[in-house]
Amino acid sequence: MDVPGLCLFFGVIVPSLAVVSFFGGFAWKAIGWARSPVPFHIPITCGQQRSLPWIRSNRLDNPHTPMGAALRVALAVLLFRPLLRNTMTEIYAGPKLTYAPSRWLWLFAVMFHWSMLVIVLRHLRLFVEPVPAWVLTLQRFDRFFEVGHPVIHASTVLFVLGLGLLLLRRLSSPQLRYISILNDYFPLFLLLGIGATGTLLRHYSNSDAAAIKEFVMGLVTLSPLAVSGIPALFYVHLFLVSVLLAYFPWSKLMHMPGVLMSPTLNLANNSRAVRHVNPWNPPVGVHSYAEYEDEFRGRMIEAGLPVDKL
Amino acid sequence: MAVNVKPDQPEYYNHEQLTQIDYRPPAQAWESRPVTIRPGSFLHPAKPKGASSLGLPHPRQWSPMDEDWKLPADWKEIIITGMKERLEKYRSFKIFMDTCVRCGACADKCHFFIGSGDPRNMPVLRAELLRSIYRNDFTLTGRLLGTLAGGRELTVDVIKEWFAYFYQCTECRRCSVFCPFGIDTAEITMMARELLQLVGVSVNWIIEPAANCDRTGNHLGIQPHGMKDTLEFFADEIEELTGVRVNVPINKKGAEILFVTPSGDLLADPGTYTCMGYLALFHEIGLNYTWSTYASEGGNFGLFSSADLMKRLNAKIFAEARRLGVRWILGGECGHMWRVVHQYMDTMNGPADFLDVPVSPVTGTRFSHARSTKMVHIAEFTADLVKNGRLTLDASRNDRLRVTFHDSCNPARAMGLIEEPRAVLKSVCRNFFEMPEETIREKTLCCGGGAGLGAGENMEVRLRGGMARGLAVKHVRDAHGVNRLATICAIDRVTLTTVCDYWAPGVKVAGLHELVANALVMKGQKKRTHDFRHEPLDPES
Repeated sequence: MDVPGLCLFFGVIVPSLAVVSFFGGFAWKAIGWARSPVPFHIPITCGQQRSLPWIRSNRLDNPHTPMGAALRVALAVLLFRPLLRNTMTEIYAGPKLTYAPSRWLWLFAVMFHWSMLVIVLRHLRLFVEPVPAWVLTLQRFDRFFEVGHPVIHASTVLFVLGLGLLLLRRLSSPQLRYISILNDYFPLFLLLGIGATGTLLRHYSNSDAAAIKEFVMGLVTLSPLAVSGIPALFYVHLFLVSVLLAYFPWSKLMHMPGVLMSPTLNLANNSRAVRHVNPWNPPVGVHSYAEYEDEFRGRMIEAGLPVDKL
Repeated sequence: MAVNVKPDQPEYYNHEQLTQIDYRPPAQAWESRPVTIRPGSFLHPAKPKGASSLGLPHPRQWSPMDEDWKLPADWKEIIITGMKERLEKYRSFKIFMDTCVRCGACADKCHFFIGSGDPRNMPVLRAELLRSIYRNDFTLTGRLLGTLAGGRELTVDVIKEWFAYFYQCTECRRCSVFCPFGIDTAEITMMARELLQLVGVSVNWIIEPAANCDRTGNHLGIQPHGMKDTLEFFADEIEELTGVRVNVPINKKGAEILFVTPSGDLLADPGTYTCMGYLALFHEIGLNYTWSTYASEGGNFGLFSSADLMKRLNAKIFAEARRLGVRWILGGECGHMWRVVHQYMDTMNGPADFLDVPVSPVTGTRFSHARSTKMVHIAEFTADLVKNGRLTLDASRNDRLRVTFHDSCNPARAMGLIEEPRAVLKSVCRNFFEMPEETIREKTLCCGGGAGLGAGENMEVRLRGGMARGLAVKHVRDAHGVNRLATICAIDRVTLTTVCDYWAPGVKVAGLHELVANALVMKGQKKRTHDFRHEPLDPES
């Protein structure tokens, strides 16, 4: 290894530790969840159950098969479907309550999460050689303004806009400000920082994409190289990404795997048809019929009720 | 404020004051904001007698109004150990502690928040009451960074806060419908209540009924001969109204079906009319069934207290089905009873391999969706009868009623029993009007008195919690002249009576099978002049 000083620290050591924290922490946390059993079958049902053949059941929101439940989770993950139901409750003199549809959170969340996914996938061009054809296709579809060079991607615009709006939403609503903790603001600012440095790197610095790729390829092949022509801004970007990766498993960002494992969403509503087993089902003392009859036998006989023991 | 009216009476509360609600949170952060415990806002603690008879830890005499709650010396250790144990036993608990992003989608979905504006009643914050302790004691960042990472130290004030706010949650699950991750506040409330119970902090409205269920089989403590008297009295009433003498089979071995319903319907109007409705219907279709005095409670107060207690009380239903040698079980109209039957019973006390897959003896319909648990909801059963034309119904007998339907939380959000009761309702009454879309089906609003909150002493909480439902009822009352609210929950029948009297006066509450019985044409009946409430069918005559 012949990488000098600061470059070694910000270019190799920090990202390596971050990757270890990310994968290690992610696995530790998710395995930790998986180690706790799901003792009871507790899906939240929306819409009609499957019961009588002539009543149409709601297969998407009240699935009765594991496949249906998987589809429900997929729609929650990919389309944030529960947020489409969102309403805003208001009270007026009278008194009168109204529940107006409110889909801003859905919109901002979709903007941010989907653009982030596209951006992460676009970055594969720096990690893989040769660059897969589908990554190039994705980039082509992501073009926003054809004018100028390099082109501005739609995902870049939506990412920054989505994050900004999520932050604005959190700051402008008194209720949201009240429930927010540091952990809610930190990732927003971090991601905005990552977006800003990334955009600057691409559009305003004299960065040499080939040099960056050479450096990144050195990292991922575990043989870091000293590469010239890499701007300091790149190390800032890389550092912020490292912080995000390191922070991820220890934070609310774990909602990503959490939604997949949530027993209220990923179980089918079939608990009367298929028995769900609780591995720790504890024995409990039940007041037995015999004890009950012993206490009330005289009165039962008097009342003409049948008894087991005369 | 009227004189001599106490905080446990609805009249104590002024409409104007209750509806002056500001949804904007106060300036002071919730972590440092003291909890106000005042008459009308809290439930009485469990009396030592009930708690001891169930063998619950640390039974004692104490009052929430006192400074000292007489917690056991090692209360802190008990709570932390209890949390650890539950994190290991419930994946839901772990995931719900870790994944919330505080997006706020749930915030204004809780009927207690809607009716109070109290920020701790936002479901997200209700969960944070527990989550802040979790972060402090169970996460790496919380241990290292404390309050910076959203952690909070466990103090006696936290216990007081938990008591106040986890008993201002009815485990109705409305918020979780809107949560992008399905975080279920009911699950979190159940965990918190279990933890509180470990240090002897529980409420009498739950523990005393549970103790009664354990001993006498039902939450009201009705003994076997008393239950027989009650059912015979209903049979007399039915005979007076219809001219038909119905049979009342009790503890009958070899019956085909065991019928279990919440015992509240044996004692409290208007549930009693629903109970009479069952008797009339079962007689008319010639059902070979039996009531049980041992398993005389479908409702399960264990659900509001702890999983172990839930299992213990629920075990009686299968045990009695086995003893009586029935083929399957039919369950009456109840909300949380069906949460337990549908989502817990088979897991806790099954497999019910000694029973048969339920088949309607009248229509031959096989209820294969209940093929494992072998228990069918009466709305499913009656909907099947109606669909197959096996009932002669004269819906005109309900013509003076203009009816709306309240979806009860648990059948709606833990089952999806939505269309069955509507199908029955539409066949027995001709004036049916839905409440606004955002307040029914899976978005239904709670009565404000479920999950052990239906007591008197917490009346302010109940009226505030019932406000959203009450105003939706008022809306259809004013728009369509609705005067009857039908519902399939015994708790609703009691609590919504209070809610409607307060927020939508003029609307009375009825069970589904009361309306069925009104319309039911019975073989050998005399001319019907009165409904099951002894009210004339034609008010003009």
